[in-house]
Amino acid sequence: MLGRTLREVSAALKQGQVTPTELCQRCLSLIKKTKFLNAYITVSEEVALKQAEESEKRYKKGHSLGDLDGIPVAVKDNFSTAGIETTCASNMLKGYVPPYNATVVQKLLDQGALLMGKTNLDEFAMGSGSTDGIFGPVKNPWSYSKQYREKRKQKSHGENEDSNWLITGGSSGGSAAAVSAFTCFAALGSDTGGSTRNPAAHCGVVGLKPSYGLVSRHGLIPLVNSMDVPGILTRCVDDAAIVLGILAGHDPKDSTTIQDPVKPFTVPSLTDMSKLCIGIPKEYLTPELSSEVQSLWSKAANLFESEGAKVIEVSLPHTSYSIVCYHVLCTSEVASNMARFDGLEYGHRCDIDVSTEAMYAATRREGFNDVVRGRILSGNFFLLKENYENYFVKAQKVRRLIARDFVNVFNSGVDVLLTPTTLSEAVPHTEFIREDNRTRSAQDDLFTQAVNMAGLPAVSVPMALSSQGLPIGLQFIGRAFCDQQLLTVAKWFEKQVQFPVIQLQELMDDCSSVFENEKLASVFLK
Amino acid sequence: MATTILRWCCPGRRWVFAGIGGGSRHGRGVPTGSTSSGKRGQRSVAQQPLITAQKPRKGEREWAAVVGLEIHAQIASNSKLFSGSQVDFAAPPNSLVSFFDASLPGTLPVLNRRCVEAAVMAGLALDCHINRRSLFDRKHYFYADLPAGYQITQQRLPIAVNGSLAYSVCVGKRRSQMVTRTAGVKQIQLEQDSGKSLHDSLQSQTLIDLNRAGVGLLEVVLEPDMSCGEEAAAAVRELQLILQALGTSQANMAEGQLRVDANISVHNPGEPLGIRTEVKNLNSARFLAKAIDYEIQRQINELENGGKILNETRSFDYKLGCTVPMRDKEGKQDYRFMPEPNLPPLLLYDSESLPTGTDPQQVINIDRLREQLPELPRVTREKLVQQYGMLPEHSFALMNEVGLLEFFQNVIKETRAEPKKVTSWVLNTFLGFLKQENLAVSESPVTPSALAELLDLLDRKAISSSAAKQVFRELWRSKGKTPAQMVAEKKLELMQDTEALEQLCRSTLEAHPQVVTDVKKGNPRAINKLIGLVRRATLSRADPTVIKEVLERQLSS
Repeated sequence: MLGRTLREVSAALKQGQVTPTELCQRCLSLIKKTKFLNAYITVSEEVALKQAEESEKRYKKGHSLGDLDGIPVAVKDNFSTAGIETTCASNMLKGYVPPYNATVVQKLLDQGALLMGKTNLDEFAMGSGSTDGIFGPVKNPWSYSKQYREKRKQKSHGENEDSNWLITGGSSGGSAAAVSAFTCFAALGSDTGGSTRNPAAHCGVVGLKPSYGLVSRHGLIPLVNSMDVPGILTRCVDDAAIVLGILAGHDPKDSTTIQDPVKPFTVPSLTDMSKLCIGIPKEYLTPELSSEVQSLWSKAANLFESEGAKVIEVSLPHTSYSIVCYHVLCTSEVASNMARFDGLEYGHRCDIDVSTEAMYAATRREGFNDVVRGRILSGNFFLLKENYENYFVKAQKVRRLIARDFVNVFNSGVDVLLTPTTLSEAVPHTEFIREDNRTRSAQDDLFTQAVNMAGLPAVSVPMALSSQGLPIGLQFIGRAFCDQQLLTVAKWFEKQVQFPVIQLQELMDDCSSVFENEKLASVFLK
Repeated sequence: MATTILRWCCPGRRWVFAGIGGGSRHGRGVPTGSTSSGKRGQRSVAQQPLITAQKPRKGEREWAAVVGLEIHAQIASNSKLFSGSQVDFAAPPNSLVSFFDASLPGTLPVLNRRCVEAAVMAGLALDCHINRRSLFDRKHYFYADLPAGYQITQQRLPIAVNGSLAYSVCVGKRRSQMVTRTAGVKQIQLEQDSGKSLHDSLQSQTLIDLNRAGVGLLEVVLEPDMSCGEEAAAAVRELQLILQALGTSQANMAEGQLRVDANISVHNPGEPLGIRTEVKNLNSARFLAKAIDYEIQRQINELENGGKILNETRSFDYKLGCTVPMRDKEGKQDYRFMPEPNLPPLLLYDSESLPTGTDPQQVINIDRLREQLPELPRVTREKLVQQYGMLPEHSFALMNEVGLLEFFQNVIKETRAEPKKVTSWVLNTFLGFLKQENLAVSESPVTPSALAELLDLLDRKAISSSAAKQVFRELWRSKGKTPAQMVAEKKLELMQDTEALEQLCRSTLEAHPQVVTDVKKGNPRAINKLIGLVRRATLSRADPTVIKEVLERQLSS
């Protein structure tokens, strides 16, 4: 049952094949079994069981609230949840219990979803590995999959397997791992430079970054307000569409959400491929790209072409400036957004009481990790009066050029862009931490970041397993507010590639139901 | 939400007069010393823009002072600028604090329509160009009562620019002549107010009240077009009246709804402007003028003694009557301005540009607001001068007290007395009584109707003007009686019985033959003595002009 998609389990609930409480308990038990993955910071067991009870009552009365009623979901720990600790994986907010729900959380709850818990991340979502939070790194469930282990056995001899676990990518690694390990059916992530799509690709799940302005940010503890978007992680494209349909729309509490009414999201099957034009941005073919990802990328392009779509090479000439531009804009907004954490109204407060300034300084030193403090420092540097024009204003101009690149490409008739999501498959933690957070973020956001600069919708769809038995995802980028069209293409692609289900039997051999869908496994790209 | 934190150093308290120029500064107006230089500053500066220094060193040097103002007016609205919290100055501490006001992470600003309208109306009233598109910025600084660590303001592209504020000052030897001056309005911007820090020095702690945090402010920036404290005070006063007339702010300085910062510099005319200082938090018109004049004189003294002016922030110590550097504003402040990413550009429309089919609740139409503008104080005053033939300064005086104009107009409505008479009575007698007892117009024991009735009696010559004064005094003391009752009770009505008056005059002439002889000899003052005698005989109830007529007739017959 847990291995099913959201849509399937929703149908099962409606048909009474399973009750919300059963489902909830199974997920809770799996969360406990997979505790070592460190996907969750807080497991809201009591809340979830209570919600399940209420959901069950509704089902009994035949008053189900909809597709999400009784469905276990998880939420990244940078979304405010009323009455549930929200930490951002930072000492600064350890013990902070928000008095309100983020709009997206409220919308999920209003639909009857069961909140299983809050998922792990890099501190304040600053990172690309889910390795830099105070609660420790998230482990990629694929590290323990049959697919990966078998490949490793062939290669390595006698290495300590457990010390070679893989990172999930980040910063929404906890959410990706939670969905990937079947502990929930959908999870909220956040996406500022790729934080939803990157871990989705590494964990073999669908990661959707909706158009900026389509989904409310109210209650999302910000990283970069002008780029942050709540992300959706699910096991298939249809599920992402269902969740997006619920989350999308104007929020009076977020002035940057669009005013236009949003139609319900149904993702039709793509029938006439001849009308579809796929763009392949040539700048995304970088030397750092692994040959395996590159070959899957071209395979995917060929697939579209062979099925009748028009596939053309396009140029996004300012892509190469994206990383450095992002660095300036991101750190500047971080410096500003983090100013509120002074220990006065909420959050951590140090014991030093010599003066208010000394208290601020010590509170912030104790509360933030090096990555956060480093970004605050650079950001404040860029915002200094003497630097503002040279850095911030220039970066904004470059951002506009990057966004214009996309507009030009879409205006030339391209419907959707096809790119890699990540340079390679997930790497072992030991290897990942050889580089610092900044270097890793710069490398890992390469293909995903420009999308945030332009506010476009993008989705990472798992395509196939690498030779090591690890998932590789590809990214589709759509026109602003054409999320539906984007998902339509992604769904078609998903159907063609038949990505295998993760096999975690060693991990949870008594959860046989997980493998109901085993027949799907080992179906590779034709 | 109440939070106790460490004590901030009280601005300016542990003040050291250090680092300004070199050389000796004996006998200067240091805060601990005399306030003589403050007083001197006031005298020499207040009346004219060009100041001749009193202690010239190298011959007579002329000094010109340049004063610009930043005025913060709290917007009169039910809720705050970016949150739904109520605005109420009397509420218990931290009772009006939304999650946004307390800067809880994840909260976002939502612009209050009413505040935007207030800014547009102020812009229109000050002849500003209203920007159809304006932007919000973050201004960063750490302060305990600024929960987010930044204030949302409009630094780059404010809602209104390039206006003007006409105000009047008294000039001339007797300061009886009103002259209109104009200060440019550089810009009007919307911004958030901060919370309040209450420093408890006994327990060495600071208490924070966030009720005020996030209340909408209009910042009006006046160009440095003023040259002394009096001009600045007059400009602020006029702005206050305008905002009150618009209803956009209660603009009560004592309650902190109007706060003024002044930028002040001095230079020799014809030379470039001097280095300016900023004097912050001037919370009454009187202190505003005083502080500016003190600061001008301080700068002049400093420069004349070979010192230098530092670009610094100072505060006015109203007890000592001088400005002192603010300790916590020392050093270079870099506000690290940045666009506010959570607020899209603020778009305003006029009737032409209004997109069709828009919900009027969702957009602001400038033309609509222009139509709704109430009469501005300047126009009201012009009307008073035209309609009632009063002096311009009287029109100012009528508008200077809350409710006085309305009182005046109500009296006018009900009396047949000349407007000039009414003006004089309202501004001299009535206002005099109010001032003496420190009452507001609304607290007056004399109603407009009562004064109107009294002035009618006077106008009909039923009572003399001295009797009228007496009646007014009585009315002030004993509520509830009408002037007519009072006149009857005290027998104050003028003698209407001409026969009796003739008789009294005759007997007076008979009783004072010497005075009569004097009159006949041509002593012009002698008749006055007779008039006085008759008046006394009538117990002041006869009109002296009538007495004079009768006497003259009798004397010549």
